[in-house]
Amino acid sequence: MSGNVADSAISPTSPAQTIPADLSGQMLELDEDDDLEVFSKDTSITDGGSFNASMPTSPGSMINQYKFDEEDEQEDPGAKDIFITVDNPESHVTTIETFITYRVLTKTTRSEFDSSEYEVRRRYQDFLWLKGRLEEANPTLIVHPLPEKFVMKGMVERFNDDFIETRRRALHRFLNRVSEHPILSCNEDFKIFLTAQAWELTSHKKQGPGFLSRMGDTVRAVAASVRGVKSRPEEFNSMQEYVEAFSQKMTSLDRITQRIVKEEREYLEELKEYAPTYTLWSGSEEELAEPLKGVASCVDRCFQETEEQVRQFSDTLAPALHEYVLSAETLKAVLRRRDFIQAELEAKNEALAAKRADRDALKEEIDKLEDRMEWANNALKGDWSRWQRSMRTDLKEVFITTAQKNVDHYEKCLAVWESFLLSMRSEVGDINQPSSDDS
Amino acid sequence: MMADTGSEEVAVIGNTDLTPGEIENNIKNTMGEVGDEEIVLPKKMEINVAEAEKRTVKNAVNMQETYTVYLIETRPADDASEGTNPTPDSLWRRYSEFEILRSYFLVAYPHVVVPPLPEKRAEFVWHKLSADNMDPDFVERRRVGLENFLLRVASHPILASDNIFYSFLTEENGWKEAVLETGFQAKADSRLKALNATFRVKNPDKRFAEMKHYGDELQSVISQLLRVRARVADRLYGVYKVHGNYGRVFSEWSAIEKEMGDGLQSAGHHMDAYAASVDDILEEEEHYADQLKEYLFYTDALRAVCRKHELIQYELEAAATDLSTKKQQQEELATGTVRTFSLKGMTSKLFGQETPEVREGKMKVLEGQIQEGEEALKEKNTECDEFVRSAWSEIERFKDQKNHDLKEALISYAIMQISMCKKGIQVWTNAKECFNKM
Repeated sequence: MSGNVADSAISPTSPAQTIPADLSGQMLELDEDDDLEVFSKDTSITDGGSFNASMPTSPGSMINQYKFDEEDEQEDPGAKDIFITVDNPESHVTTIETFITYRVLTKTTRSEFDSSEYEVRRRYQDFLWLKGRLEEANPTLIVHPLPEKFVMKGMVERFNDDFIETRRRALHRFLNRVSEHPILSCNEDFKIFLTAQAWELTSHKKQGPGFLSRMGDTVRAVAASVRGVKSRPEEFNSMQEYVEAFSQKMTSLDRITQRIVKEEREYLEELKEYAPTYTLWSGSEEELAEPLKGVASCVDRCFQETEEQVRQFSDTLAPALHEYVLSAETLKAVLRRRDFIQAELEAKNEALAAKRADRDALKEEIDKLEDRMEWANNALKGDWSRWQRSMRTDLKEVFITTAQKNVDHYEKCLAVWESFLLSMRSEVGDINQPSSDDS
Repeated sequence: MMADTGSEEVAVIGNTDLTPGEIENNIKNTMGEVGDEEIVLPKKMEINVAEAEKRTVKNAVNMQETYTVYLIETRPADDASEGTNPTPDSLWRRYSEFEILRSYFLVAYPHVVVPPLPEKRAEFVWHKLSADNMDPDFVERRRVGLENFLLRVASHPILASDNIFYSFLTEENGWKEAVLETGFQAKADSRLKALNATFRVKNPDKRFAEMKHYGDELQSVISQLLRVRARVADRLYGVYKVHGNYGRVFSEWSAIEKEMGDGLQSAGHHMDAYAASVDDILEEEEHYADQLKEYLFYTDALRAVCRKHELIQYELEAAATDLSTKKQQQEELATGTVRTFSLKGMTSKLFGQETPEVREGKMKVLEGQIQEGEEALKEKNTECDEFVRSAWSEIERFKDQKNHDLKEALISYAIMQISMCKKGIQVWTNAKECFNKM
């Protein structure tokens, strides 16, 4: 029996998701259904969509299908009905350990929430737990990555301010992305994460699948990976290829960006001594004192502007690229989990063909597995195009911002030097003024 | 400028420079060589160091030696030749010959701030630039530096009319012999020794002392500036070049994307262009560095003039001291009193007075010496005054030139920075447009 997803009663679905079998009539009234408000923006009734895996997997239930299409891009930001902020990191010291908690503030008009505002404190472990639960409930949906546990390179301390800030931003993005996902945002654990008080969450966490059943899952996963998939559908093969290549490119871009930051910092180190040298010189001069001080001040301004520019790379571009490195790993895991389901199915089919075990029981299992396979594949396909759109939007935006920041940087430096030049020439009244429009 | 009495020490430091008389002789001698025509020292001459070439010869110990020679082209730029544009005269010179010419100037015109030669070996290099003397970029920059040197000399009111300079420009063979005949080389060595000797001047001229101090400061600060600039250039190079990797990866990435492919690909090209742009930027900056270097090297010449003044001043003081000692001795001899201790005085006290005849003889000798001393002092005074006058006007001239040139250099540096910013704006604006199309 498959254990960890479809039949699990562990993650209670939100009321909105237990949709009765005969849905055809109700589909047309989605917009009026407050509970499903979150879906109304981006759904249409066609096949090929996917739905929450916690639903009983009967073919009938597959009628309620959603397709993630171009409408996603036209999401009206004004229609957003849940706003989550992660801020205010605080350090907690106990006898056993020291850790950071973050304030998670939720403001929502969604009816499944009893109140319109919640404020809780969560630590990184809690986020990890949430992500795990989301993936368990939806193995082939693409969940936004979490920031890493710790960074080896450079031995960044866990309690270093920059590290905490970077992590805070990533956690903020994580929760917001989950809240924007049509299926994940309805997840019950997500709601509990946002609303439960510390002790409530702890006790809820304890209700998770037992150790033994988790062990069983792991064993099966290993067995499945050893078994391998016999005939993976072509589209998943091309997804696999894409993900491999994408992951490589992102890793390269991440590394290049880190390297640029490093080089810029070393450049700034040297530049720091440059302006003072001109100032020192101006002390020995009379007529040259003004021009020298002018150059010193220009160099100094450019130094400050460069510091700003580096910040853009390190605070915005690098984290964004790094997130997609992690996201690529998520994609690989999703594809693996899908393969795992397929491998199980294939194994069961082989067993049937070999007429080994009880045929009827086996047939029933296979039916269930086939349902699981189908919605797993559809879920992945749907989320895949959603992911691609997000990726394109995210990276396009961050590249544009970076390019703009660089343009701004050069324009500011240009202005500084041009005004210096102007002051020099107005003194001399240069006859032979070379045009400043040289390019 | 009179020196006071005081120290007993009388050091005689020989005059290491060519006297005006000697210089005149030179002109007369070379006049004879060139011919009987009147020497026209063209005040306006177009000078051009046009090319550089490698030569390989077997030297005195039969080993292969490679060196670079530079083609010097000259063309009289007076009214008569305007419109005719005659072909230039030209000859080849190597760096060591330039060095000889400069050494000659230093000895012949000690009050002149002699323009410096471009550096012998590449210094203050940042990593990409070669420190190799045979490197074509280095040779090219040296060619420019040598031309600059000749132009500086040609525009100097005193140096330009020197005959050795004229024949340097016009006579490929025989020049070396002519310059050696001036005997400057022997003088060059002792000049150097004298300038480096330690001696104390009792009444230093404040202006010259300040100028020497300024020369030291300028040397120190320009060296520091050149060092820092080279390091900054090195780092900037690194920053730009790493961006080239974006170009490569964007291109590879575009291959797996559908909608984003074109935008990424063209953005990648702009990243390549950005990375490549740093080469031109830094090459231009080398010219700026060369301008600074020229004045760095000028400080040596400036210091030498100040030092020369100190030397003359010291000699003047020595001559005055010598004279006053002699006069004192004369007085003692006349009055019979011994105020100053001397071995002679002691022995005469011990062994009896001298005879009047002996005393008479000594007086006569002293009188002669005093007369010589007074003449020597007068000469020294004149020399000192003349030197102060001409050296100070030279220094003023140098100061104005320095202020003008360095200000221009700073302005051109600003222009370079502006150009660099404009390139940056262009590249990133283009890249942004490509990203927009993603």
